[in-house]
Amino acid sequence: MTRINVIMLIMTAALLIFFFMAFRRPQVVPRGIQNVGEVALDFVRVQIAEEILGHHAKRFTVLLTTMFFIVLAFNITGILPLMHIAANSLIAVPLILGFSAYIAFNYAGIKQHGLKHYLQMNLFPPGVPLPLYLLVTPIEAVSTFIFRPVTLTIRLVANMLAGHMLLVLFYGGANYLLFASDSWLMKPLGVFSFVAGFAFTLFEILVAFLQAYIFTLLTAVYISGAVSEEH
Amino acid sequence: MELFAEVTGNLGAVGYGLAAIGPGIGVGIVVGKALESIARQPEATGILRTNMFLGIAFTEALALIGLVAGFIFT
Repeated sequence: MTRINVIMLIMTAALLIFFFMAFRRPQVVPRGIQNVGEVALDFVRVQIAEEILGHHAKRFTVLLTTMFFIVLAFNITGILPLMHIAANSLIAVPLILGFSAYIAFNYAGIKQHGLKHYLQMNLFPPGVPLPLYLLVTPIEAVSTFIFRPVTLTIRLVANMLAGHMLLVLFYGGANYLLFASDSWLMKPLGVFSFVAGFAFTLFEILVAFLQAYIFTLLTAVYISGAVSEEH
Repeated sequence: MELFAEVTGNLGAVGYGLAAIGPGIGVGIVVGKALESIARQPEATGILRTNMFLGIAFTEALALIGLVAGFIFT
């Protein structure tokens, strides 16, 4: 097992324990940790699922909720002490998540419209002059069926990788300038580097939430595009 | 031929710098317009914010592909 595997196991267990604790004995008037759990679940259901999917929201809330919290838990390890690397900065992890999103929106679209109508809807959008289909159909095919999962994956992995390297750069720079460098002129720069590293740690918390939100939001948008009646 | 100046390093860094120009401007426009709209119609904040993040996500993808390309095409 690599370090990423251990982190994934720990964070999955942490998620399970959190939701088990929150909803072990649910009460009508929530108290303590149940409050936190309800706010978190409500955020995904109201802000993402119902906002984007409308009356289709109910079927996909489970998928979107799982996706949001898994992505968030795997992102936040980038700044947690002792772990210090986001599980999502290894491309295999976002690839699986992007692939599940891919399966989800294609399944939803095929189930809603049937395979023929679904492909027709995506590849031959109505209202286009006939010769232009030579141009439109390949572009739509590539952008819908290839670039959607690829960009979902790359967006997540690149954000987490960039954040990790930024923190390494600033803390490594602080360590070098403060302790390893001979010139005392470098000490103020080292202090600056340390402060910047701290600031970017806070920024990474924001990025972890934002990327989880965007990943789930885009999945919801893709599903909504697949199940909507006509474009 | 005599060299007057020499630069060492990875060309990928220059590539990422170039790739960041367009999306930087694009994200600026998206957020600026969204803020303008929110200032005009504060009651539409929710839907505008959602769509702003969508626009950012699509624009930002290009910069991130530029970052990844620096690692792939070495």
